[in-house]
Amino acid sequence: MSRWQEVCTIDDLQPDSGICALIEGQQVALFYMPKEAAVYALNNYDPFGGANVLSRGLIGDIKGQPVVSSPLYKQHFNLETGVCLEDETVTIPAYPVRIENGSVQVRITHA
Amino acid sequence: MNIKKTLVVIGNGMVGQHFLANLVASPANEDYEIVTFCEEPRPAYDRVHLSAFFSGKTAEDLSLVEPGFFEQHGITIYMGDKAVKICRESKTVVSEKGITIRYDKLVLATGSFPFVPPVPGHDRAQCLVYRTIEDLEAMAAAAKNGKVGVVVGGGLLGLEAAKALQDLGLKTHVVEFAPRLMAVQLDEAGGAMLRRKIENLGVTVHTGKNTSLITDGDQCVNKMCFADGEELETDIVLFSAGIRPRDDIARDCALDVGPRGGIVINNQCLTSDPDIYAIGECALWNGMIYGLVAPGYAMARTVVAELAGHTASFTGADMSTKLKLMGVDVASIGDAHAKTPGALVYTYQNGDSEVYKRLVVSEDKKQLLGAVLVGEASGYGTLLQYCLNGIELPENPDALILPSRSDEPVVLGPDALPMSAQICSCFDVTKGAVCLAIEAGCTTIDALKSATKASTGCGGCSALLKSVMNSELAKQGFEVNTDICEHFSYTRQDLSNLVRVEEIKTFTGLLEKHGKGRGCEICKPAVGSILASYWNDFVLKTEHLGLQDTNDNFLANMQKDGTYSVVPRIAGGEISPDMLIALGMVGKKYNLYTKITGGQRVDLFGARVDQLPPIWKELIDAGFESGHAYGKSLRTVKSCVGSNWCRYGLDDSVGLAIELENRYKGLRSPHKIKFAVSGCTRECAEAQSKDVGIIATESGWNLYVCGNGGMKPRHGDLFATSLDKETLIKYIDRFLSFYVRTADRLQRTSVWIENMEGGLDYLKSVVIDDKLEVCEQLEQQMQLVIDTYQCEWLTTINDESKLKRFRHFINSDQPDDQVVFVEERGQIRPADENEQKHFKIMEVA
Ligand SMILES: Cc1cc2nc3c(=O)[nH]c(=O)nc-3n(C[C@H](O)[C@H](O)[C@H](O)COP(=O)(O)OP(=O)(O)OC[C@H]3O[C@@H](n4cnc5c(N)ncnc54)[C@H](O)[C@@H]3O)c2cc1C
Ligand code: SF4
Ligand code: SF4
Repeated sequence: MSRWQEVCTIDDLQPDSGICALIEGQQVALFYMPKEAAVYALNNYDPFGGANVLSRGLIGDIKGQPVVSSPLYKQHFNLETGVCLEDETVTIPAYPVRIENGSVQVRITHA
Repeated sequence: MNIKKTLVVIGNGMVGQHFLANLVASPANEDYEIVTFCEEPRPAYDRVHLSAFFSGKTAEDLSLVEPGFFEQHGITIYMGDKAVKICRESKTVVSEKGITIRYDKLVLATGSFPFVPPVPGHDRAQCLVYRTIEDLEAMAAAAKNGKVGVVVGGGLLGLEAAKALQDLGLKTHVVEFAPRLMAVQLDEAGGAMLRRKIENLGVTVHTGKNTSLITDGDQCVNKMCFADGEELETDIVLFSAGIRPRDDIARDCALDVGPRGGIVINNQCLTSDPDIYAIGECALWNGMIYGLVAPGYAMARTVVAELAGHTASFTGADMSTKLKLMGVDVASIGDAHAKTPGALVYTYQNGDSEVYKRLVVSEDKKQLLGAVLVGEASGYGTLLQYCLNGIELPENPDALILPSRSDEPVVLGPDALPMSAQICSCFDVTKGAVCLAIEAGCTTIDALKSATKASTGCGGCSALLKSVMNSELAKQGFEVNTDICEHFSYTRQDLSNLVRVEEIKTFTGLLEKHGKGRGCEICKPAVGSILASYWNDFVLKTEHLGLQDTNDNFLANMQKDGTYSVVPRIAGGEISPDMLIALGMVGKKYNLYTKITGGQRVDLFGARVDQLPPIWKELIDAGFESGHAYGKSLRTVKSCVGSNWCRYGLDDSVGLAIELENRYKGLRSPHKIKFAVSGCTRECAEAQSKDVGIIATESGWNLYVCGNGGMKPRHGDLFATSLDKETLIKYIDRFLSFYVRTADRLQRTSVWIENMEGGLDYLKSVVIDDKLEVCEQLEQQMQLVIDTYQCEWLTTINDESKLKRFRHFINSDQPDDQVVFVEERGQIRPADENEQKHFKIMEVA
């Protein structure tokens, strides 16, 4: 079962950057691109570096895909799907996210 | 058994020696017993760089002969012995000291002698010439008691000699018979520009002057009287009125010589005797004597090939030259005087910066026939390629000499060059040879350098070599894109120019105007750094925040477990006990792992992101400021203890280090920058391994640049010596600003200079001589950074809105439960994977 959870307000997000939220015991990295009015949610854990750091990575796009790059060893993860661009066998959890009346909401799907 | 024939070489000058060196490397070496006569008291030396003798080079430094060369190759050299007679019937050579040698083949490499006009008095005391080391010794001796020196002759050599006289401390004049300087190479306007520049340097130039008599002077040793009645008193008269081939020995044995001298040779460099060759400045080919070394070398190679049984020919040589005369760049290419019928001429003259350029173009505007450059000759390489290879000119040929908007000279695309085009003139490497090496697998500049030797001499061709390599690799399907990333079709240097010239202040602004997409982890930090270098805004300002790389983003260095290390600035490595205690207290309170860094400061590891602001609050209260260890910026200025304590110290290295560190702290740059200052040449601070290294000497500071330790060590280059502090700082300001402007992303100064066209000399010309006329801007650029310095941590802890980010979770005060430490040697360290599992289980249990 899963439902939309209010996490923070849109003002808490960092434009063109990331923050981390704790939702049902999961570390979720939230990324915000104001120009595209887009918010993305990925698990914060970097499987290559073995640390909870993805929210502190740089975001942008590679060949049209929105991505975050790990601050440790620079692998890219697709912000929509969680697929690693350098190694497609590695995927990290990506979560549905929306903005409702200025509040940021995430739906955690339990595997 | 194979009986060797005898080969005799008369003259061991530059060309004679080049001949020997090539011969011993050729199969022909097997066939000959080699004997050479050397009139001078020492074997061949570098006459081209003779003037370096006055700037401290010794005769040994100038030598062109490897130690042991003659012994090793079994060559008999008669040193200090002159060949005086050739008997062609008996095929023998007789020397002054009475040695007679029978030859099978004879090579004449007797060079030339300076022409001294037969003016009455030309043989008086202190009337000298400029050709041998002995001549220079005589000059130096004469200069000791003299005040004035006159050079007769305003050609290439004369101006070089004038520089030497001036450096010897004499009031210097140049007297030229022709109406302008360098009449052979320059046209009238070019000559006039050169004259102005040289007069500005304190040399008096007299043109159209005919010397009629040299006699006793009143104040000086000599007095020169001119045909127009004027007189000039001088201690030294230095004749540099051209050269004459040394063909006496050939005349005496009835070899053909030219009407105005020179031993006549054909395309095989054979004289009128089929067993006698002549090469170098004594040889007359097609009515021409070449007064340059490169054509002589080509002749030498031709004869070696002939002796080895190959067919070879010398078919003339290009007389284009580029040189620096008294610090002034002068170049002349091809038909500089537009003597070709129908030739069109373009000139560009900038009186302000004293630059004069002239292009001579064929009637149909398709071919470059010649060019003259005075004051600025960076386009020489490209123009020479156009001229020598008959490459079709662009539609508006004048674009080649008009000043370009960027700092880069106009460069000819490598594809336009034919395979025969010479890329490296020092080692005569053609484009064809470079392409072959690339096909054989050389895909880096380093590999190409060691395979072809190209660019290992003066280095002037490095940019051309690189572009040939890139274009060839691209043709072979290698990706050689110089774009910084997919979002900008520009190099870092291009972006840096755009930001500066268009005064762009934000990444979004640059992206909208010149890029596409949303950016990435390559271009964002690069642009962030450029913006910070020029405008020095607070890096965590909302519009810059998303640009900052891992470490800049939280103003601390991220470690493998996602925690940070904290490094406060300890300028020059000087710290009081109280400050040290304060630092220790913070480390203890937050349980941080503490280590001394190589840059003489203290690194505190293991801080969680939420601990950074309180830690910094305490550090700032104790008087510390940000150490910028997280930035691509000035790191540390390391210093030895210097003259305050050290018994060898010549100056206060610590004081200077602190001053420099405080001056440049906070400067964002393409990569990190390290300095060091040593109080004497014992070099305890290891300054020569830093980007900027300074060493105290008796007479001031010596400045080294572009050194590196780390992964690829490089010894710094000595950039300037005996500087006072003001000049030192001025040079460093300019040097750093120029680096910031032109380096590639993540390019240390060591790599930057290795890739710079013209290398150290070019860098000096920009920073010291202001060749690009940008020094004022460079200094202003630095001043802005200095004036707008802020401690980024102080700004951060004073701004509530910025502190919000320094928590692990936006919606919870919990820390990251994944950060777990264990103890080792009495301090913390991150738990490894196994230890972490262990912990998790313990927690659950
Ligand atoms: C100050 C200066 C600057 C120069 N700058 C440049 C430059 O920038 N670029 C350039 O291309 N060229 C330059 N040149 C010219 C260059 O040095 C000459 O082209 C080159 O040295 C010619 O070589 P060579 O072997 O023919 O003659 P040399 O180098 O003169 O050698 C001839 C040698 O033969 C010896 N010799 C002569 N007769 C006898 C004999 N009978 N028996 C035994 N030995 C004999 C001589 O003593 C001499 O040592 C410069 C020259 C000078 C003096
Ligand atoms: S470099 Fe010289 S002045 Fe500095 S500590 Fe060493 S010996 Fe002393
Ligand atoms: S040398 Fe290597 S391991 Fe040591 S600090 Fe530098 S990057 Fe890390």
